[in-house]
Amino acid sequence: MVAHHHTKRATRRGFLLGAAQLAGGVGLLSIFPCSESRALPDMVQAAIKKVVGAAPLRKGRVTLGLPPMVENGNAVSVEVSVESPMTASDYVKAIHVFNEKNPQPNVLSVRLGPHAGKARVSTRIRLATTQQVIAIAEMSDGTFWSDAVDTFVALAACQEDPG
Amino acid sequence: MTARALINVPKEAKRGEVIAIKTLISHEMETGFRYDNTGKLVPRDIINLLVCTYNGVEIFRAELHPAISANPFIEFHTVATDSGKLEFKWSGDNGFSATESVTITVI
Amino acid sequence: MSKLLRLAALTAVLCSMLPASANDIPFADRKSGYALMGREIQTMQDDDSANPGMLSVFDGEALWSKKAGVAEKSCADCHGDARVSMRGVAARYPAYHAARARPIDLEQRINICRVEQQIATPLQYESKELLALTAYVGQQSRGMPLQPTDERLRPFIEAGRDSFERRQGQINLSCAQCHNERWGQRLAGSVIPQGHATGYPLYRLEWQALGSLQRRLRNCLTGMRAELYPLGAPEYVDLQLYLMWRARGLAVETPAVRP
Repeated sequence: MVAHHHTKRATRRGFLLGAAQLAGGVGLLSIFPCSESRALPDMVQAAIKKVVGAAPLRKGRVTLGLPPMVENGNAVSVEVSVESPMTASDYVKAIHVFNEKNPQPNVLSVRLGPHAGKARVSTRIRLATTQQVIAIAEMSDGTFWSDAVDTFVALAACQEDPG
Repeated sequence: MTARALINVPKEAKRGEVIAIKTLISHEMETGFRYDNTGKLVPRDIINLLVCTYNGVEIFRAELHPAISANPFIEFHTVATDSGKLEFKWSGDNGFSATESVTITVI
Repeated sequence: MSKLLRLAALTAVLCSMLPASANDIPFADRKSGYALMGREIQTMQDDDSANPGMLSVFDGEALWSKKAGVAEKSCADCHGDARVSMRGVAARYPAYHAARARPIDLEQRINICRVEQQIATPLQYESKELLALTAYVGQQSRGMPLQPTDERLRPFIEAGRDSFERRQGQINLSCAQCHNERWGQRLAGSVIPQGHATGYPLYRLEWQALGSLQRRLRNCLTGMRAELYPLGAPEYVDLQLYLMWRARGLAVETPAVRP
């Protein structure tokens, strides 16, 4: 169903569409990484549904910048940018970041408006393990767009003396 | 020591220019998912909100979760419209509150 | 021109100080751990408004002019503007302390000032205050080459080298086996650096905080399943001193960021 995305960069997986297009009768928002049929955990899907509601979640317009290989999961640089003219009639209202395998799915939610000029936000996040990170943009026209990236988190050597 | 915040905003900008705003604040961002040496869960203690106002008008609001790294760094943008003050307010668990402000001259 | 001459003279002095070991990293091949990090962490270090170590530097700046102790004196009361008076100081620490007849590190120097000049209690190792003052003093030497030139340091550099090259701990490993012979390879998921202490105190992402070189050495010893010395032990200072000698000529990066 999603094999046409397979040729994309291995570290970047698209993910698609909400209940309307995919889950059909199931009624729950389902999000599938494109190159594998790996569903996000229920908890993550529920957190995303809370933001997106019944609206379809489309791939595109959002670029999630995340290194493919992370030297330490305690501070991973993340940048989300969204294609938008940022005018009074067409702008990004919010950007949300979620993760797949931390104890909690939510990472960051920011509210902006046309006065931002540029829909781009950067931060540093914790990633407990190798996993997918998902960014979602909410537009002024009520549409939701997204990007997802898989990142490999290395374990540190020579840690603190215990106790 | 009290929380220290560092704000980086250009001192001067042209009217209409999009400027980058970088914010950094000292905070451990204790996740609430860690155990101490005696096996007790360390309670969550995080900053969960950053609000930025520009001459009194809110221009940016960020909700932070435990997955935000210690000493939170957040960078965002705004259009330089008027000279004046950018105010930043962080708040969080256990009554945490910190404010910082910078001035900008718009030419 | 004069800079080159000075560098040449310095190199001559230093090379005469100690003979090279067979497995030393060739002088020209030495590089800071910075060069082995990913671009994201390099950017974090380079941008003062993103480098979390700068939070401590600014704390240190505030402490510098805060009066303390029975003497009610601040660092600034004696030393004035740190940007002038402390420039280059960290680049020559650990330094020889005549009264103790041995080298002391920057933290010990700060605490000697605290006890003897400010008549205050010494700051705890790894306390926020001591790290902040050390980071602030260290930052004043940023970009300057490390240069241990005091001849009196020689026996202590040699003692440090001995402990660097000595196999120890339950897995019978020496510092040199990782940092001279296997740098660039991986240990767990981490790239093994050459082990040049150019940026301390530094912000280690693993710690989620600023920490001292002694804290880092303790992490190494723990990894080696070796016995830890108490904080402030002369063994650490000798090792720090050897590491500084080994990194001579490399630039101070305080406050550095490392994974």
